[in-house]
Amino acid sequence: MWSDIFQTEKPGYYGQFGGMFIPEILRATFEELIAAFESAKTDPSFWMEYVQTMQSYSCRPTPITYLPNLSKKNGGAQIYCKREDLNQTGAHKANNVMGQGLLVKRMGKSRVIAETGAGQHGVATATMAARFGLECKIYMGALDVERQRPNVFWMEQLGAEVVAVTEGSSTLKDAINAAMRDWSASMDDTHYALGTVCGPHPFPTMVSYFQSLIGQESREQILELTGKLPDRIYACVGGGSNASGLFLPFLEDKGVELVGVEAGGHGIESGAHAVRFSSGHIGVAQGYKTYFLQNPEGQMMHTHSIAAGLDYVGVGPILSHLHDEGKVRFSSATDQEVIDAVRLLIRTEGLIPALESTHGLAGLLRESREMDEEDIVLFNLSGRGDKDIFNIAEALDDPKWREFIHQKSNEYRRSSN
Amino acid sequence: MSGKLTEYLRNRLKEKKILLMTHTVVGYPSLEDNWRMLQEMQLANVDMVELQMPFSEPIADGPLFVKANQEALKNGIDWNAYFEFMGRAHEKFDFPLLLIGYYNSAFAMGHHSFCSRLAEHGASGYLLPDLPLEEMGDLQDLSREHQLNPIMLCTPTHKDTRLESICTNGSGFLYCVARKGVTGAVTKIDPIIFEFLKRCRKYSDLPLALGFGLSTGEDLKQLQGHADIAVIGTALLKIWEEKGYEAYRSLLQELAVATA
Ligand SMILES: Cc1ncc(COP(=O)(O)O)c(C=O)c1O
Repeated sequence: MWSDIFQTEKPGYYGQFGGMFIPEILRATFEELIAAFESAKTDPSFWMEYVQTMQSYSCRPTPITYLPNLSKKNGGAQIYCKREDLNQTGAHKANNVMGQGLLVKRMGKSRVIAETGAGQHGVATATMAARFGLECKIYMGALDVERQRPNVFWMEQLGAEVVAVTEGSSTLKDAINAAMRDWSASMDDTHYALGTVCGPHPFPTMVSYFQSLIGQESREQILELTGKLPDRIYACVGGGSNASGLFLPFLEDKGVELVGVEAGGHGIESGAHAVRFSSGHIGVAQGYKTYFLQNPEGQMMHTHSIAAGLDYVGVGPILSHLHDEGKVRFSSATDQEVIDAVRLLIRTEGLIPALESTHGLAGLLRESREMDEEDIVLFNLSGRGDKDIFNIAEALDDPKWREFIHQKSNEYRRSSN
Repeated sequence: MSGKLTEYLRNRLKEKKILLMTHTVVGYPSLEDNWRMLQEMQLANVDMVELQMPFSEPIADGPLFVKANQEALKNGIDWNAYFEFMGRAHEKFDFPLLLIGYYNSAFAMGHHSFCSRLAEHGASGYLLPDLPLEEMGDLQDLSREHQLNPIMLCTPTHKDTRLESICTNGSGFLYCVARKGVTGAVTKIDPIIFEFLKRCRKYSDLPLALGFGLSTGEDLKQLQGHADIAVIGTALLKIWEEKGYEAYRSLLQELAVATA
């Protein structure tokens, strides 16, 4: 069974990766969370409740869509995508937050906190909190608050308090630190809904468990659609949750190659990227052991990506382990390759992808044209892009959009005078 | 493990009602300022000093120390600069020195090198708040070899079984965290803290240090008879930043008076 991967010899350790490097003040809280998660996992009604919640609230099962025009244009293998963009709030993040939300209800806590980079996980958490009647506070790097105003707007409309974190590099990793600090004082009534498969045990396991719904559905759907399993599967890798969710249920399928695509930014030589696997080193930070982009003395480095959701120094310990075991291959896509792939997908198939997800597609397009026409490749369309109109319009450098923003800004200026 | 530090603390406790451990982030505001702080600590007869090795992700620290860590790194403090400073401080001052920092520094250095460099530069031990007991691996043995005390942290949220295993693995003294949260926020000294200290005492006869949020001589007076060591961190840096050197000196003097 693929899910045997969660039965680790040392709890929370995948090979040498993972663990729980947490301040002692949080020990009892983590033990409580582990116990709640373990008990939920062994209760069949919990998974059923989870799946039903996702059906009625988040359009699951999301379909797999065949992309004939793109396949033809690119040449080579036939391209399919898993439509995680159709989830509530437009990304796979909904799977994780609803799962954790159900767990929060079981634990009887009344408040949730979360970190967010792009704002995607923040918005998803805020919808969950609104739906389940929980108080909600979102930590977000100050730089990201500036870059992602639309998401901040929605979080606030949803009743969440958004805190701009100004320390460190004012991005995702700093928001995680801030959320940990909040939790170390507030744990009695608060759950920290971490947004990806990183951080201390049990988060990597728990978030992978919820996200594995993506791969479980995909495996059945692609078999039904094509009569066989895909030859390769691609997903973008920030923290690694959409990749883990898609990959894990295919782990035991020998003929299926799993490919994670990291953010190549301006290119690895430029130093402005978030490629942990070929440029990072093993270290311990943010409560877990994994590959981090760090200097030789273990200080975390600045990262860059056109996609805010991939702009992170660490990566899920399960993926690090699978990387070292040779079970998942990693590549990267640059900002420019991503911009080209966004344009191409929009024009050929009428799908508007998130910049994050497009990394998986860009990695695929580079390789699938070398494959046979009978081959099948699948990528995770982890989120939709129309919600990120400000970022994508900027990335595509659209002059009319720029003009529109100028005009709007003048209108606002006039009306506030 | 190395009983020298414990013995030193016990001897000091014969002369004072409570001991004083202070703290500075190496490289913030500057190495020169750190040095002046240590000089003042010596004048105030401080019993033990924590030298924080800066880290980019200080998850157990509050806003003031987070900023201090960040600025120290910007000031170019690396391992060499840190150990050079520690070595100089060890030669010049009487108080024992402890490294406080985060595990990634020790991990990146390698456990061997971490322990030998600490020993070489005169440290008595170290505190790594994000390194739990079960993750220490060969650090326990290496520390013993180098006569270093890995200082364990006890917290009020610990269940008895964990508290016991931490206390029985303790070395030098036990660092009891006064409350939930991170460094910085003010702690009210109340009977709940005394009860917590009693729970720690039940499992260990090592000296007990209490830290997180202490700031005044009055705090120290109230802790006499309950804790053996009071830890003052944020309050000193705060007064240095807000009121300057003279005020820093008077706070240290006030604290010194309250230890008698
Ligand atoms: C649409 C989308 N895909 C992918 C990611 C990256 O996260 P992960 O690697 O955990 O899937 C994000 C993060 O915000 C996202 O919004």
